[in-house]
Amino acid sequence: MKKASSIKRNRILSNTAIYIILVVMSIIWLIPFVFILLQSFRGETHAQVGYILPKEWSINNYVELFTETSFLKWYANTLICACCNAVLQTMMVMMMAYALSRLRFKGRKFLMNAMLILGMFPGFLTMIILYYILKSMGLTQEGAVPGLILVYFASSGMGYYVFKGFLDTIPKSLDEAARVDGATRFQVMRKVILPLSKPIVIYTVLTAFMAPWADYIFASYIAFGTSSGYNVAVGLYSWLTKDMITSHFTLFCAGGVCIAVPITILFMCLQKYYVEGVTGGAVKG
Amino acid sequence: MADKITAKEQKYLHYSKPMRLLFSIWNFILDIPNKLWRLICSIGRAFKNFGLAVANEFLDIFLTFKNGDWKTRVSFVVMGFGSIARGQIMRGILFFLFEVVFIVYTAVWGVAWIAKLSFTNLAVTTTQKTIETIAGIDYEVDTVVYGDNNLQIMIYGVLSILFVFCFIYTWRLNIKQNKEAQAILAKGKKLKSGKDDLKSLVDDQFHKTVLALPVLGIVIFTVIPIVLMIMIAFTNYDYNHTPPTNLFEWVGWDNFNELFTWGNGTSTFSATFGELLSWTLIWAFFATFSNYFLGMFVAMMINKKGIMLKKLWRGILVLTIAIPQFISLLYVSKMFSDEGLINRFLIGNGIIETAIPFWTDATMARVMVILVNIWVGVPYLMLITTGVLMNIPSDLYESARIDGANPVQQYFKITLPYMFFVTGPYLLTSFTGNMNNFNVIYLLTGGAPYTLSNSAGKTDLLITWLYRLTVTNNDYKLAAVIGVMVFIVVAVISLIVYNVMPSMKNEEDFQ
Repeated sequence: MKKASSIKRNRILSNTAIYIILVVMSIIWLIPFVFILLQSFRGETHAQVGYILPKEWSINNYVELFTETSFLKWYANTLICACCNAVLQTMMVMMMAYALSRLRFKGRKFLMNAMLILGMFPGFLTMIILYYILKSMGLTQEGAVPGLILVYFASSGMGYYVFKGFLDTIPKSLDEAARVDGATRFQVMRKVILPLSKPIVIYTVLTAFMAPWADYIFASYIAFGTSSGYNVAVGLYSWLTKDMITSHFTLFCAGGVCIAVPITILFMCLQKYYVEGVTGGAVKG
Repeated sequence: MADKITAKEQKYLHYSKPMRLLFSIWNFILDIPNKLWRLICSIGRAFKNFGLAVANEFLDIFLTFKNGDWKTRVSFVVMGFGSIARGQIMRGILFFLFEVVFIVYTAVWGVAWIAKLSFTNLAVTTTQKTIETIAGIDYEVDTVVYGDNNLQIMIYGVLSILFVFCFIYTWRLNIKQNKEAQAILAKGKKLKSGKDDLKSLVDDQFHKTVLALPVLGIVIFTVIPIVLMIMIAFTNYDYNHTPPTNLFEWVGWDNFNELFTWGNGTSTFSATFGELLSWTLIWAFFATFSNYFLGMFVAMMINKKGIMLKKLWRGILVLTIAIPQFISLLYVSKMFSDEGLINRFLIGNGIIETAIPFWTDATMARVMVILVNIWVGVPYLMLITTGVLMNIPSDLYESARIDGANPVQQYFKITLPYMFFVTGPYLLTSFTGNMNNFNVIYLLTGGAPYTLSNSAGKTDLLITWLYRLTVTNNDYKLAAVIGVMVFIVVAVISLIVYNVMPSMKNEEDFQ
């Protein structure tokens, strides 16, 4: 009896410790976002201050954001990029992953090894060349949006790993059964495999949709110096430079809230698929 | 077989897990001369095989010509003739059109572009003064006459060379098809019609249909640019040599020599590179493993039996993944800046006198980026490890408990080995990914404090330095050299890990 109760006490003790750690952790993880939210409602000054709760609550920051700055233009740019990328990149990744997972052909191993090696080059080593190519097509500065979409999706087939990992788990016997029944390979893909791949397709769409919102490197280089071609990341970054920050800091917070809220809602709705994709992808490498 | 365990293997079995890892790393190092020798042998064999294959091709081409009928022989010059003559109209027309396009392109542009690739005797951009007469008055007007542009020459030159290879491949294909068609007809069977060809694209040849677009995209937007960048590493393309006004030239290995010239004090390119390379490796190590272990720790806490509100805790962490990184990173960066929330709060309440140099003191900035990276990365790792942890068979733990193992022992004997085994490949990609983790460094510190030469900073990774050299300094040649070096470092690390780790098995095991 005595031993059992001591085990019980131990368990309560360790569980309490875990609860305390979890609560502290949640606070640490959430606090910057709470700060951003609170500061976006601050009315008295645009600059950074040493306190959190606004002395004067107002929605002026949001009004200013949409009426006096180019934020809406940047937002539209990014949204267009994100939507197009979600469709095009998913198609590319899907085709690549399908071919490598379900089909066996000459040069398959070579293709996979080549992509593995290409992936070892730093991603934006090629920035200068891409800029030159896009510029000759008129897809930089004002035309940055189509240019960016092209850069995002064109070689996205190289990110096939997670999708392929999922397809590999679908038994091959399904394909064979369909083939015996006289289905062409295209029909196998459309009628057998794709309906089974819904979770991974949603995962791919979601990640492809979210990537352009966080892209700074290519967006800043391709839209170089032309405000109308910026995406939100480049635009908001430009507000935090030394001479801009005192007059734009709370606007940055408001802009951040406007971006984060819709994306977060979308993400939380599709959370299940995201978790599946991430876990599966990591295990399969 | 069991009685044939060697002394070495017996020794291995006596070691503990970490010792085994050290042991296999040591073995790997001991094995390097052997491996090198085998590599040289295999390269030799590859050359031999390649030579044999080429010889075979030529022999086959010759035999095809010798044994071919007149249709086949004409096809050697007029591509597609044989196909058309045998009724495969569609294939024939495609072959023929390709040949016409190739010949016209090469004759008119291709040869010129390839010839210009030597970058000698290029036309220089000049300003010419001309006299224009407008309404009876003479004006002197400067007009710029653009000459050649190196970049353009490189792009079109490489494309032209690629086109030549494509042509050779297609020509060979054309001959092969003639041979096959002849053989099929000799057996008295029917050839495939154009309709059959189209049909096979959704069936037997389906891989060509699905791969065409992705592979084309990769070739145009990744392969060719990488080839061009490697070429730029051998030129002097920088702010002083910006075409079309100032052309650049080939300089051979000069840029790489500069990188490996040590001993001129701390201000040289090589010293900066060495400093940044070591920081990049340190950063990648800490960023990967701090996230990995803390993420696993958090996942285990949430997974523990008897902890309530599991969904809430997980949800809070997942929430932070959803918010675009640049918002949170930029905000945190400003929060800890000299003028930021934390410093102002502390000064305002009289706790400190001068601002804490979170981002301006080199050591503190380095610690800070690693800490903030933990904040960014742990939720993600929590998700990954949760999935893997749940897959560990629970009877393993049960039998361990019956044998009297305490939780710490269970962790080191069951959880950790299992995790390493399953997530080994992920750790490797995560390590190399962190070496190229642009966002965290650039958005937090921008590489500051900038105390190194060549406009590099103490928290700069090679990759952020590359970015700054490109965008701010326009020092393209150095950027290209760094990019190539990053590739070499990543490739070497991957090669070693692939050889040491037992869990890097082949992909079919998962299917």
